[in-house]
Amino acid sequence: MTTTPATAVASRAGRAATPAEPFTAAELEALRADFPILREQVNGHPLVYLDSGATSQKPLAVLDAERDYYLRQNSAVHRGAHTLAAEATELFEDARHAVARFVGAGDDEIVWTSNATEAINLVAYAMSNASVGRGGPAAERFALRPGDEIVVTEMEHHANLLPWQELAARTGATLRFIPLADDGTLRLDLAPDLIGERTRVVAFTHVSNVLGTINPVADLVALAHGVGALVLLDACQSAPHLALDLHALDVDFAAFSGHKMLAPTGIGVLYGRRELLNALPPFLTGGSMITTVTMDGAEYLPAPQRFEAGTQRVSQAIALGAAVGYLEAVGIDRIEAHEALLGQRLVEGLSAIDGVTVLGPAAGRERVGLASFEVAGIHSHDVGQFLDDRGIAVRVGHHCAQPLHRRFGVTASTRASAYLYNTQAEVDEFLAGVADAITFFAPPAVQAAPATGDQDARA
Amino acid sequence: MSSGELQGLYQQVILDHSREKHGFGLLPEGDAESHQVNPTCGDEITLQVHLAADGSVSRLAWEGQGCSISQASASLLSDLAPGVDVPGMRERIDSFRTAMRSKGQIEPDEDLLGDAVVLGGTSRYIARVKCAMLAWVALEDALLKLPARA
Ligand SMILES: Cc1ncc(COP(=O)(O)O)c(C=O)c1O
Repeated sequence: MTTTPATAVASRAGRAATPAEPFTAAELEALRADFPILREQVNGHPLVYLDSGATSQKPLAVLDAERDYYLRQNSAVHRGAHTLAAEATELFEDARHAVARFVGAGDDEIVWTSNATEAINLVAYAMSNASVGRGGPAAERFALRPGDEIVVTEMEHHANLLPWQELAARTGATLRFIPLADDGTLRLDLAPDLIGERTRVVAFTHVSNVLGTINPVADLVALAHGVGALVLLDACQSAPHLALDLHALDVDFAAFSGHKMLAPTGIGVLYGRRELLNALPPFLTGGSMITTVTMDGAEYLPAPQRFEAGTQRVSQAIALGAAVGYLEAVGIDRIEAHEALLGQRLVEGLSAIDGVTVLGPAAGRERVGLASFEVAGIHSHDVGQFLDDRGIAVRVGHHCAQPLHRRFGVTASTRASAYLYNTQAEVDEFLAGVADAITFFAPPAVQAAPATGDQDARA
Repeated sequence: MSSGELQGLYQQVILDHSREKHGFGLLPEGDAESHQVNPTCGDEITLQVHLAADGSVSRLAWEGQGCSISQASASLLSDLAPGVDVPGMRERIDSFRTAMRSKGQIEPDEDLLGDAVVLGGTSRYIARVKCAMLAWVALEDALLKLPARA
């Protein structure tokens, strides 16, 4: 059932496998043809979509998979004996298998959720339930008490911060933060002081959605497991872009969202180690997750069903299965190589523009295919509006990471995030757009003095 | 360069006000104050109302950070407010809001809003209406907080 290809282990755990080739121009063109939306005109210009960090575009293969399901198999899964119900159930479980294989997990370790946010909340609320005694002795390891500690980082998306803030508030546990260095990496040197005997959970993002930093999972897992703490990995920005092997990474839980990896909205994944999921008390309760129900109580199915109460997101799960099939066929290692090039082109180009300060690793340092930046004297809304006028879609604001922005002394930034279908020419158009936006808004500050700040990527 | 539409949104008056902000800088004591945040982008404003002896607005003072639209809007509002009494101010806020929510259908009323009519182009950019409204919402809230007059 579970397949853990040796190549995947090597490329993610050691990052030492033979480097994959980025796409050729012809390959990229063929690939772009799979995404009809990329031919759209926006404000009289061809769309340049650089907001895949927020949500990705979808190829025809994914749209077709969802539509085909509705045309030919639509029915209730795990709830009926008729032919369509059996076929729908099979497709639904095939999709689970495809996703499990894609991230190096077992089928029964993949729980469907609506998105990563729900997946993380599921864990936090299940721990909350364990903290008031639900789940019996087996769930004792998930119970939090006053004085216990939860460790997150200063770079978390609010989705991997607020569920822990709330869990801490409900249980009396304390939330602690691993700080960031000026270059956008974690202060790993401080982590051993923060992750200690009282630590019960360490939750952190694999890849920062703002900085593009790739965090050292193995180091943090070693620290956490060294003190018996559980690890939750936010894989939202890694699962779509990097070869992921969750067993090799040895994390206890992981969460990601389908819509950022070519699938529709409404489907996400919680990964949990088998023995943990089967000991964790449920979060949502209701139909389809029980073995026996009496008027006094119920017995729950093993994972993953025990966490999948109610009618499921069947078409979306099937479409996510098709999406990972598409990513596998293209080759996730090649996608990673292509995006690394785009990421470097973004950061090099941005760093060369007067008045622009890139957040996160400087040019030449490891980062994924995204870059967030601040322009001295010009608000990100204005930069984004100017780019939109040329059909260039970027994200502006705090990207759901206010503590991170505060850490760098800014309230908002502009983010360009690439995916497999973006070209170098698009990156260049975006860079020209940023330079022209500065001319258009021409803040006197930029003309008078160059940007300062210790996180300046040119430093 | 940039399209005519973009020039319509970012009229020169707006760019000028966003750089030279009238009313910027809080004063030791106002008659009422309001703090507003635009949750989608984190833009913030703190705005104080100062009243004259006759109960009309003598001046607005504000501090905050945000895009050129929100900053220019606060600056233009600071030019508009002095000398206007509280009911008149409420009328202007309502009129501005109606134009802003009209998706470009209603021209702002120059008699009521003066130079602030240059913000009219914003109403066609739904995502930016909140930026233009931020200072006005702060003023509306501050007016509600004014102590009742004997
Ligand atoms: C790093 C990270 N974590 C969590 C999320 C939340 O994902 P979703 O909103 O799909 O639940 C996102 C995306 O917005 C993200 O980038």
